Amino acid sequence: MVYKKRLDERKVDELRPMEAKAGVIPNADGSAYFKIGNTVCYAAVYGPRELFPRFLQNPKKGLLRCHYSMMPFSGSGERIRPGGNRRSQEISMVMNSSLEPVMDLSAFPNSVVDVFVDLPQTDAGTRCAAISAAAIALADAGIPMKDMVSSVAVGQVDGTVVADLNYNEEAYLGIVSDIPVAMLHNTKELTLLQMDGEISKEDLIKALEMAKIATERVYEVQKKALKERFSRE
Amino acid sequence: MSNVLVQERDIVIPGEILAEGMDYLPGENTYRKESAIYSKVLGLVSIPGRVIKITPLAGPYIPRVGDKIIGKVSDITLNGWRVDTGTAYSAFLNVKDATTRFIKKDEDLSEIIAIGDYVVVILVNVTSQNLIDLTMKEPGLHKISGGRIIHINSQKVPRVIGKQGSMISLIKEKTGCDITIGQNGHVWIKGTTNGEYLAERAIKLIQEKSHQDGLTERMQKFLEDKRV
Repeated sequence: MVYKKRLDERKVDELRPMEAKAGVIPNADGSAYFKIGNTVCYAAVYGPRELFPRFLQNPKKGLLRCHYSMMPFSGSGERIRPGGNRRSQEISMVMNSSLEPVMDLSAFPNSVVDVFVDLPQTDAGTRCAAISAAAIALADAGIPMKDMVSSVAVGQVDGTVVADLNYNEEAYLGIVSDIPVAMLHNTKELTLLQMDGEISKEDLIKALEMAKIATERVYEVQKKALKERFSRE
Repeated sequence: MSNVLVQERDIVIPGEILAEGMDYLPGENTYRKESAIYSKVLGLVSIPGRVIKITPLAGPYIPRVGDKIIGKVSDITLNGWRVDTGTAYSAFLNVKDATTRFIKKDEDLSEIIAIGDYVVVILVNVTSQNLIDLTMKEPGLHKISGGRIIHINSQKVPRVIGKQGSMISLIKEKTGCDITIGQNGHVWIKGTTNGEYLAERAIKLIQEKSHQDGLTERMQKFLEDKRV
């Protein structure tokens, strides 16, 4: 069994159709909507605001705090328990560490910037969608950032290197690997690199090269969303 | 050899490259890396002379000495009031900066300014850690009574005021309201109920359309149409 044609008939390096919009939640200081295929993501930024409990305060710079959450009926139809769990805690943590390197919160000592990400519908690639949405929302909130973070998954399905796996590909019967990647636009530094499954050294290098182009496509969508937010009609 | 890659009043996003080469200087909200200048925020480009800077389109209020703000009293201490500025940082208003009257040692400070009152104050000192001292002793500073407080984005305050106060005096004139704008984005409106409502809608409209051209004319038309 060799994976020649992708299940949804995309090209190997083709991403699912993307959509993004900034400023969708009026009560938040910054917000964004990001959709890639059937994965839908909302991000809301609040702050900089006072940080409690006090022992978390850092007198040198502000803190970035991400909250990832999948909605109860976001998956295949089975209800999942809303709110935090072990998985969401880890994803919140990796989101934080992939966004932190670009944030410049030195002007906001002792404060916190909260990022809330909710996924009303999921079809794999949620942490990547969450990071991409959070980056738009943070920029929309006017928080100083050195660079934009764009994120997408790459991987290997039964011997074929592909970009942006959907759930059916992740669950494909065979050797599959799923590699979520977050990359900075200017420096091409990686701020997120995780892997699930198996991949050969050659394929990994190929996949990461593919990620460079794929994240650039996500960046274009993010950039367009932010520029449209304040366009002069 | 240097070249600027953006134009005046272009919208740029964080991390976008603005200029290459060493002929230009990085101004506010930009940074230099190697020989290129990059943007740090979402905003509009302005190039006065050899400096490239970005005017943010959104973002939190940064406290600066001399700013007039509207704050809400959140606590009373032994020697003054703690004032919520609508940012991550609260400010302190000392008794001696609040009133010229003699205050006796054991006097109840809540009789002068109570918790929950709004005050118009000026920032006299801001430290590196954003600890803020206030004064209420200059002309035009007072405790607020009556009217309503609305909140707008602090980056839009200059647009609501307009060039030499043109926009705000237009709204004042058409609605008959007394309006005070704090640099932190809190606006106090006092007048008739209808006037207050109209002024509130006008200010919200400015906030929404602030980056578009011909705002004053648009506002004039809005206020003419809505006036009964």
